[in-house]
Amino acid sequence: MTRYFTDKLAKYIVFISGFTSFIILLLIALFIFREGLPAFSEIGVFDFIFGGVWRPGIDQYGILAMIVGSIAVTIVSMIMAVPLGIACAILLAEVAPSKIRSILRPAVELLVGIPSVVYGLVGLVLLVPLISNIGGSGFSILTASIVLMVMVLPTIISISEDSIRAVPSSYREGALALGATKWQTIKGVVLPAAKSGIGAGIVLGMGRAIGETMAMIMVIGNSIAFPRFTFRCRAYTDRQHSTGNKLCYRHPRERALCYRCRALYFYITVKQRSYYLP
Amino acid sequence: MTIYNFNGQTCRGGKIKVNNLNFYYGSFQALRNINLDIPGCAITAIIGPSGCGKSSFLRLLNRMNDLIYGSRIEGTIELDGKNIFDKTVDVVDLRKNVGMVFQKPNPFPISIFDNIAFGPKQHGKKNKMELEEIVENSLKQAALWDEVKDKLGQSALALSGGQQQRLCIARVLSVEPEVILMDEPCSALDPMATLKIEDLMRTLAKNYTIIIVTHNMQQAARVSDTTAFFMMEPDRAGSLVEYGSTSEIFTNPKDKRTEDYITGRFG
Repeated sequence: MTRYFTDKLAKYIVFISGFTSFIILLLIALFIFREGLPAFSEIGVFDFIFGGVWRPGIDQYGILAMIVGSIAVTIVSMIMAVPLGIACAILLAEVAPSKIRSILRPAVELLVGIPSVVYGLVGLVLLVPLISNIGGSGFSILTASIVLMVMVLPTIISISEDSIRAVPSSYREGALALGATKWQTIKGVVLPAAKSGIGAGIVLGMGRAIGETMAMIMVIGNSIAFPRFTFRCRAYTDRQHSTGNKLCYRHPRERALCYRCRALYFYITVKQRSYYLP
Repeated sequence: MTIYNFNGQTCRGGKIKVNNLNFYYGSFQALRNINLDIPGCAITAIIGPSGCGKSSFLRLLNRMNDLIYGSRIEGTIELDGKNIFDKTVDVVDLRKNVGMVFQKPNPFPISIFDNIAFGPKQHGKKNKMELEEIVENSLKQAALWDEVKDKLGQSALALSGGQQQRLCIARVLSVEPEVILMDEPCSALDPMATLKIEDLMRTLAKNYTIIIVTHNMQQAARVSDTTAFFMMEPDRAGSLVEYGSTSEIFTNPKDKRTEDYITGRFG
């Protein structure tokens, strides 16, 4: 009797715990969308998302510049991070002897633990002056992308490495026994077998790239203008409104707008996470 | 070079000669003083109790043990007169010449066509027509063509275990080896699938030298031309106890240990 009781109890505890997190998520979503909705009805979705001018003083609320900035930074950083990350994962999983791996792997994992402010600071102090040699102020998409690349690398590397390791060794043996070289084996069999895991790593990395705020604000210039590759621009992320920028909360409508921005970001994040979930 | 097989027909399969072979994993000796002449275009079965070094021996023949850190080899294995451990031998070429079928079917997680085309592609064949021909021929040789010809684009993992194993054999055939090594190829298969593989082996033995490691003594007796019986010595190093034609080993073994093993007194 008691055994069944414990069994049931365990089941309910697991259920309640699981649902709690789901309900919290639901409440957050409800709150954000409810607070953001008034602004939608006042300005309209189209003007809001595709409006190029953000000037609350004269009632211009277009966030296109910020969206474009965010997307540009994400794309450029992913272009740099994906090949590097996969190459590093291959090195760690297939090529490096265990001694080198035991040094590299913790180093990569350490990168995850560094607060984004530190990345921002390093970018600000080292990268911005360097890029300003090319032209412009140095606060730019390029700078932000390089910083972001370093930040998303560990995610891509560790998830890709795990999925490469998870490829059964029988695949490798099969390929080698056919007279394939090591690289042919990796390229022709191991990577295709690990591609779903590598894809998940890239998507997760992208999630971090789109959502990153602090480091971005520090190196991208924080001006509301359409981005240029090596010139001043601004990436839009939701937290800018609460932490990085004084725009918010001055005026009820601005506040509503902030929530709406957040709603947008929330939507993007949920969409993105649901992509790689089974 | 023309080599004749048991039946006096010409044969393209390679002959293997093993001389004073010792093999170590670190300080542990896995094989001791193996001397063996394996005929071309015949099936040679290697039998023996678990842990006697059968698989280690088989994996030496295409140098798969190169992958194992700390392994060491003494002695020579000659394939058609050339020592495969010689520094001038390219291990990639050797493995192309000496194919291997594993215990568990291991098709790659790609389409049936790509599985077969993988080997030839790695060896520089890019022409699509040529690849298609190779795929068809290999599958026909492996008696799988009729079952899969309409679904070459499907994942190889969707096939049954027996079909997967025949696919793996077809994959080996696609690179035109001389020797095919089989490491307990039927141990994961049901009796019907096993029978099909055994029939296939008999057919292939006309053109290829086949060496099969098996735990199944009936299988060794059914399919092989010659049989080698391996056993552990007291220090657990594997050694060759008896080698001869299969009928002789199974009906008139010279060594007491062989007799005990094949009559099921141990092992």
